[in-house]
Amino acid sequence: MTDHFDPPYPGYDILRKWNTPSYNQITREVLAERLAAVPQRRFLDEEEWRLLQAICDRLVPQPDRTEPVPITPFVDAALAENRSNGTRFAGIPAMREAWRKGLAAIRAEATALHGTDFGNLDPHLQDALLYRINDGNADPAHWSGMPSQRFFRSVMLKEVLAIYYAHPAAQSEIGFGGPAAPRGYVRLAADRMDPWEAPADRRTR
Amino acid sequence: MPLVEHLSPRACGGRAPDVFRRGGWVPMREHCDDEEVDFAIVGTGAGGGTLAAKLAEAGFSVVAFDAGPFWRPLEDFASDERHQDKLYWLDERISEGDDPIELGSNNSGRSVGGSTVHYQMVALRFRPEWFRSRTALGYGHDWPVDWRRMWKCYAEVENALKISGPLTYPWGPKRGRYPYREHELNASAEVLARGCEDLGVDWSACPTATVSARRGMSPHCVYRGFCKIGCATNAKQSTLNTFIPRALAAGAEIRDLSVVTRVETGADGRATGVLFHRDGQVRRQRARHVVVAGYSIETPRLLLNSASPHHPEGLANSSGLVGRAIMVHTNHAVWGRFEKEIRWYKGPPSLAVCEHWNYADDEKDFFGGYAYMSQGPLPTDFAKTLAEAEGIFGMDLRRRMADYNHMAGLKIVGETMPRERNRVLLADETDRYGVPLARVTYSHCDNDRHLVTHSLDFMQQALLAAGGQELFQSGGTAHLMGGCRMGFSPEDSVVDGDGRSWDVDNLWVCDGSLFPTSGGVNPSMTIMALAVHMADRIKTLAGQGAL
Repeated sequence: MTDHFDPPYPGYDILRKWNTPSYNQITREVLAERLAAVPQRRFLDEEEWRLLQAICDRLVPQPDRTEPVPITPFVDAALAENRSNGTRFAGIPAMREAWRKGLAAIRAEATALHGTDFGNLDPHLQDALLYRINDGNADPAHWSGMPSQRFFRSVMLKEVLAIYYAHPAAQSEIGFGGPAAPRGYVRLAADRMDPWEAPADRRTR
Repeated sequence: MPLVEHLSPRACGGRAPDVFRRGGWVPMREHCDDEEVDFAIVGTGAGGGTLAAKLAEAGFSVVAFDAGPFWRPLEDFASDERHQDKLYWLDERISEGDDPIELGSNNSGRSVGGSTVHYQMVALRFRPEWFRSRTALGYGHDWPVDWRRMWKCYAEVENALKISGPLTYPWGPKRGRYPYREHELNASAEVLARGCEDLGVDWSACPTATVSARRGMSPHCVYRGFCKIGCATNAKQSTLNTFIPRALAAGAEIRDLSVVTRVETGADGRATGVLFHRDGQVRRQRARHVVVAGYSIETPRLLLNSASPHHPEGLANSSGLVGRAIMVHTNHAVWGRFEKEIRWYKGPPSLAVCEHWNYADDEKDFFGGYAYMSQGPLPTDFAKTLAEAEGIFGMDLRRRMADYNHMAGLKIVGETMPRERNRVLLADETDRYGVPLARVTYSHCDNDRHLVTHSLDFMQQALLAAGGQELFQSGGTAHLMGGCRMGFSPEDSVVDGDGRSWDVDNLWVCDGSLFPTSGGVNPSMTIMALAVHMADRIKTLAGQGAL
């Protein structure tokens, strides 16, 4: 599997609507902060941070971007603020401990399987290792009682995707309308769009 | 996004936020902690917020508490999924069982207005027979409220929220017309319609709690599609911008960011008021009556945490049923890619509905029913569904997400059976207020699974008929119901048909935890209708000197 991405809406950027009625004041504030103030490392140690970066590079590869959407800094910020998501599944500790344990387990999986750090592996070996966990085939010995698939899918992957697809670059790439208040939309039928939406999908034009 | 513990209460100093104006205020009557108010209501969502307005309008003195903030949608709600996580109950709860429930953003609100601030506005009534499901349909429990009575309460709620709906509704007994005309269908809703027409079942424009024309300070819906993370224009008719302003105007006090940790009882075992935390202080509000309206997890949790020598197993729990028989709706879906661009982010996510399988008893091999609606998930919501359902991540996922604008989906609200082993308990760990965390145990039964299988088969056919390709299915749950069910005797239920505790005659429950069965429709209209019913009954009882 290659890392090629064929953009359906090249050139479309929801940020170009910044000074239009599609953006209300609080949306501008929230997005301005997300774009300008990428958080510094506060919770994870340097080694954990590097490992998480390497994992995020496989969960959401961005070889097509000169400036990849930052993910690790926002995971770290949420942990530094001790945020929770409202659900602690049985066997999964509180968020801070869960992430620490999960990262340690992935490190241990890499060492046991390949005798080296996750970050040193070829991308296809990294993918294979992450898919083992995703598919429920991780070695429980490394996970000290934490359900590995549940952690990977319900904690790690969900958080990474929530961060990526909340970023304007990711929303532009899929042709999402982006912020829409106070102005919403007028044309609701299939293949119809307002002038402030993405133009038609390049692949079907 | 702000952390709830960093926010300060807004409703104080004789005023409360005006939800319709940036920086605006409305006057608010306030009560001293020592003043014995007629009703202390814990929770201001579909149940508590509605009841607060109705009781204040009837002349009772009311203080309603909410653990969440008091938002002004116009200035506080961003078009951003991550920021809007501030609307949810994100405190930790332990979720276990064979099919542990996802909580947080999935089904739990934390705002003045409760979960209605982020509901999808699907405004359906229960099928009449569901109020007698044991007698008429052979499963679950009968409700101690007659459907004709509920029908009147639904009509009142639909008018209070100016529900926009069709001229005629294809299922169930005749009903009056909806106050506002139905919304235009978006492309996603048309997919549902095409599927139904091909398979020969009815469909309908979905009755929806967002206005299709201006209503006072609410502009008509502009189809921005962020309904599920908070409406930033006030077109959505939530408790926050309907019953809460009415409650304030009628003299109720709303205390935002107030966490009630205990219902207090006297030597005679009756409720005397509530203990609550606000702005760093621990306070006591005295009240003649206490209403618990915290939804299916927080209501049982509060009652269980209010144990006393008189009530050793928790308040109102002589039946042992507090926290028992919680229910969810199964929320399975079929998704497909369409040649044309659907762009499902436009408009309320569920503008069309099919309730066929809530009514077609003879054709089913399972108890209960389901409705399914058209869908319009926002990007991060859909990315998570795709990852979980297809077991993918990485460039595979990014490529599939590139089809976001071509996707449509059909998703059920599926009835589950009430089973007492599905329950809320107190954990050993405590939260920052010293209250034990909720431990929620949930497992589906065979009937729940049969219903899901049937629905997936049917929706698969419907989506194919509508032109969908590359179909895939997803699971999940929505909503919470039960946990303090209403019933006919102190042995079979926590409260009676008026929502009044059998054990403690000045303690009431008013929220989704009352439900004896879950029905196959979104619960908010039924919760509000029950609140209207309870308010009427309380007025009647007061008139008879029986309060």
